[in-house]
Amino acid sequence: RISGFFTLSGRAVRVKYSTPAFAGLADVSISEDIPVEGEITVPVGPNSPDEDYSTLDEPVKETVMRDLKAVGKKFVHVMYPKKSSALLRDWDLWGPLILCVLLALMLQGGAADSTEDRGPQFAEVFVIIWFGAVVITLNSKLLGGTISFFQSLCVLGYCILPLTVALLVCRLILIANSGTAGFVVRLLVVVAMFGWSTLASTAFLADSQPPNRKALVVYPIFLFYFVISWMILTFTP
Amino acid sequence: MSGPGAAAGAGGTRSGAATATAEWGAFEDNMQGGGSAVIDMENMDDTSGSSFEDMGEMHQRMKEEEEVDAEAAAADEEDGEFLGMKGFKGQLSRQVADQMWQAGKRQASKAFNLYANIDILRPYFDVEPNQVRNRLLESMIPVRMINFPQKIAGELYGPLMLVFTLVAILLHGMKTSDTIIREGTLMGTAIGTCFGYWIGVSSFIYFLAYLCNSQITMVQMLSLLGYGLFGHCITLFVTYNIHLHSLFYIFWVGIGGLSTLRMVAVLVSRTVGHTQRLILCGALATLHMLFLLYLHFAYHKVVEGILDTLERPNIPPFQRVARDIPAISSAVMNITTKAVAA
Repeated sequence: RISGFFTLSGRAVRVKYSTPAFAGLADVSISEDIPVEGEITVPVGPNSPDEDYSTLDEPVKETVMRDLKAVGKKFVHVMYPKKSSALLRDWDLWGPLILCVLLALMLQGGAADSTEDRGPQFAEVFVIIWFGAVVITLNSKLLGGTISFFQSLCVLGYCILPLTVALLVCRLILIANSGTAGFVVRLLVVVAMFGWSTLASTAFLADSQPPNRKALVVYPIFLFYFVISWMILTFTP
Repeated sequence: MSGPGAAAGAGGTRSGAATATAEWGAFEDNMQGGGSAVIDMENMDDTSGSSFEDMGEMHQRMKEEEEVDAEAAAADEEDGEFLGMKGFKGQLSRQVADQMWQAGKRQASKAFNLYANIDILRPYFDVEPNQVRNRLLESMIPVRMINFPQKIAGELYGPLMLVFTLVAILLHGMKTSDTIIREGTLMGTAIGTCFGYWIGVSSFIYFLAYLCNSQITMVQMLSLLGYGLFGHCITLFVTYNIHLHSLFYIFWVGIGGLSTLRMVAVLVSRTVGHTQRLILCGALATLHMLFLLYLHFAYHKVVEGILDTLERPNIPPFQRVARDIPAISSAVMNITTKAVAA
């Protein structure tokens, strides 16, 4: 372990570091006359309040609530899509996970207890959502998009929210009326929510794409949400 | 400043030397060789007041590190004498942990490399929307030009999207036909079928093309066959929704035939020699047309079977009938016996 003094903006700061390759370093001789010191200028930007905020001694409830609020805020962003970078700046995968599990559970329906496994299985829904999102993301990266992998996954996952709402409505309608009128209503709801999902996700993702290739990026997104909404429409418990 | 530190350091070194085995010889030399150790200790003094503990701690750590190295080295040569039973156990667990770590690291780095190497694929995705549209249209138009090699765009965006579209259509077909797949999901089957066909047949035809000495690269082959799937997509999308046999055959010959002809024309223009052309194009045309036929009927026949059963008048289940017969006969018997008794 080697240590030395460095003066940092007028104050003496002790720097301590240890190396596993100590034996090799032992040959380096530093004479005692020359003090190991120098000026290190650290670009100290304006401290953002987020960084100063210590989360070590806050109650657990606050921590959980803060995360839940972040997720909730993103849900609102999706339901009311306007050009905003909040969904992109701090991505998380909690929302997509919740939506995905909800969708898969509701689509599972009565298939779990019947011996005949009709209807989409839990794993199938899960795989479609995550595999589809990964494929879309890779495609947008390959087409020259400037968005990080997880940001894109986050946006695509959060934009399933309208479709989850559509599924909820569909199940309610199915309880009330399962005839032709019910089907027409379900069709309308699913088509509207499908359009919503696609528009919301393109609103968030379009900025990061080269302008002349937007159609190429939108097509797989369209296909992805189309498959999911088709699964929702054809679902009968 | 250096007095107590040096003494402590020397003590530490001595105790280290006492417990050291022969393998550490080099290390000991390193520690004591020249004045280097002294300088280290001087630096040590700056760290904290209790340099003695530091030195001891440092030695402990270094001893452990050395032990790991020494054991790894010794494991190959002198297994038996160096290791006791306890040592053997420790080494075994360490080896297992090491292997797990290595495997995990390899997989992670593979995934990372794949993601980092995404730039390699980027040239194949360098297209404009109208280019894709034109290529889709061109995939249905066979060109009669066999003297001069026709152009094939080495692009993968269109084919990839067509394959995914085909997956979605196939999924739709499977759902509407109530296909039940044991030991797997519909999704996996659809993806496997489409990608298997695309990559498998491309490789096979590429191999044949290599044998027949035709000028085509693997990427071009993938692109050609991928755009050839456009006809399949249209045909299947229409015929999964409108269940008419005659309509399917018209589409099969018309649209499927056009896209196949286009591929055949391209391949013919790039191959020399009649036999080679016949082999290559025969194989491609057969596979392509049969694949469409398979996709249609594999997930279509079931619908008809179900429709048949729905259209038939309600017949009570077989078991029920079988159980009722003895009941009736026994009732008849009862009546007859009563009649006889009366």
